[in-house]
Amino acid sequence: MRSGAAGRPPPRRAAWLGWAVQVLLVAAVVGGAWWLVQHALDTLRSRGVRSGFDFLWQSAGFGISEGWLDFDAGQPYWRAFLAGLINTVRAAIPAALLAVALGTLLGIGRLASHLLVRGICTAYVEAVRNVPLLVQMLMLYFAFTQLLPDSTEAAEWLPGIWLSKEGLSMPWPVREPGAFWPSGLEWPERTAFNVTGGAALSPEYMAVVGALAFYTAAFVAEIVRAGILSVSQGQKLAAQALGLTSVQQLRIVVLPQALRVIVPALTNQLLSLTKNSSLAVAVGYPELVSVANTSLNSTGRAFECIAVIMAVYLLLSLLISAGMNRYNARVALRGWQ
Amino acid sequence: MKSERWTRWRDELFGSPLRSAATLALAAALAWAGVHAFDWAVLQAVFRPDAPACRAVPHGACWGVVAEKWRPLLFGRYPYESQWRPAVAVVLLSAMTVFSAWPRSWRWWLVPLWLAVLALFVLLMRGGLFGLDFVPTNRWGGLPLTVALAVVGLALAFPLALVLALARRSQWPVARTLATTYIELVRGVPLISVLFMASFLLPLLWPAGWQPDVLVRVLMGLSLFVAAYMAEIIRGGLQAVPRGQVDAAVALGFGRWPVQRDIVLPQALRMVVPALTNNVVGTLKDTSLVTVVGLFELTGALSLALGGDPTWRPFYLEGYLFIALVYWVLCFGLSRYSVWLERRLGAGRR
Repeated sequence: MRSGAAGRPPPRRAAWLGWAVQVLLVAAVVGGAWWLVQHALDTLRSRGVRSGFDFLWQSAGFGISEGWLDFDAGQPYWRAFLAGLINTVRAAIPAALLAVALGTLLGIGRLASHLLVRGICTAYVEAVRNVPLLVQMLMLYFAFTQLLPDSTEAAEWLPGIWLSKEGLSMPWPVREPGAFWPSGLEWPERTAFNVTGGAALSPEYMAVVGALAFYTAAFVAEIVRAGILSVSQGQKLAAQALGLTSVQQLRIVVLPQALRVIVPALTNQLLSLTKNSSLAVAVGYPELVSVANTSLNSTGRAFECIAVIMAVYLLLSLLISAGMNRYNARVALRGWQ
Repeated sequence: MKSERWTRWRDELFGSPLRSAATLALAAALAWAGVHAFDWAVLQAVFRPDAPACRAVPHGACWGVVAEKWRPLLFGRYPYESQWRPAVAVVLLSAMTVFSAWPRSWRWWLVPLWLAVLALFVLLMRGGLFGLDFVPTNRWGGLPLTVALAVVGLALAFPLALVLALARRSQWPVARTLATTYIELVRGVPLISVLFMASFLLPLLWPAGWQPDVLVRVLMGLSLFVAAYMAEIIRGGLQAVPRGQVDAAVALGFGRWPVQRDIVLPQALRMVVPALTNNVVGTLKDTSLVTVVGLFELTGALSLALGGDPTWRPFYLEGYLFIALVYWVLCFGLSRYSVWLERRLGAGRR
């Protein structure tokens, strides 16, 4: 049965009409698309704009300041896009982990049997999810770049963790050349001009990851709360009767059942988090959309750059859906599939 | 009743030594945070539009930035002496939205009324008639633009979403495939890429002499994007209408379209009103993205007002908090409305 309400067998006389309408529909869509593409190509040609993906092999002429893949101005565009994609992933994965961890705590907290815990968690969720992510990201970025001390007066917040307008520096394992295991930690140090050594995170990166994590956590909290509420009260009472502590009740009985409700909704949140990482263009973190935007402005190949963004995000969405579906199959009720 | 609640709260807060300890620790942390926030936001704050005074107190908020800049924040680059027009326009649009939120107003005349209000909105904003000066759309900005983008974007998206949802459940394989492809493609890409498309690619599709301005293009992009999400919500409602309803209607002699129009859709839409309200909140927040393609709605108006003014630039944070509050009031109001509506519609069904 394909569809519930609309799926009743059509009256016989409508059958040929239905096919006629469908053929017309196909003709209209194909014809419309063909006309649009031809027209766009004509416009491009008449304006003397070159099109095609050959620019991907030309040298980009702009550098990318941070990321796992080193990129400088002499390298080709395709490598810039790749570095951008890697930067997207570099921001999205920590943000997703933080969002799920914080969101789970908040969701459990909203159901806590303690007035203050409940109140704080509810206030957080209501405050954060009703303000646009972009505003929160810009706010965090401003706070990181303007309100923190200058790099010459960087403050050590925790042992080895330095914060300044230049970003955050932290200890990082170092390897001897050729060795597999790290031989020790390199601690950042403050010099007369800035903080050197260890690993550094830029303020752009922290603003993007922080805003994505804080914002998504509010939505994850609602999903976790709904998931826990979906587990029937009897399960909890039975666990109580077996003498489990309240943490055990949650961990062994309630959460595994709640996961069945949580995982599909969580998938949607992770998908939107990945798509929302594109807002990083507004604070200048060089992820995919930001790189594509720069390339678009320097080459004028709007169609090609936007096509790259869309194709990559579609691919990322498919990958996340596939991964989460596999996880979902593991937590789903056996025998339901 | 009241004393019962007090007893419960007292047990929650001080029912055991552990609870008491947790309560005291949390209360102390809250008090510490509250005192500091109050000190920053009220006690040490400067409320006058006086930049030197603001600079003199490093540990106090400078609400003077809002006192000084509230007009460019709320109305963007709209000509200063005509700003009563966007003010009236945004009040008009908000009043109409509040009126339509009231289920008794859900009658056929609501649609023509909305069209009239939108026409009046455009007339007020754009001018050029009845002695009002002409103001091009690139001077529009601030709150009226935010509200207009959300309202018009949603209004344009709704019919498209309805068609997509019905098509995705249609018995015609072609319609089903097209609708499914469209919905899944759009939901797989970020809004920003759709806005880039509206801003950079749509101009290529028009003849050179007749270019729609950026506001119209962005509205097209926004509504094409929102429609995909809305279609899935409506489809959820359509699926939830029991099949017996359709069978009963067919038995009564209803045809194919009358069944959908008079039996299925009214029930389906009623069921998804809360989800649609969430979608409205999401769209309202999403309008902040249009600042990336050069429209100065609330978020863009802030950068415009403060970015170019070195006197007030250090007080961006207060500016962000102000517009965050505006968004928060709008979105929180909408989500409270959704809860109220859910209860009211639910009460009617039971």
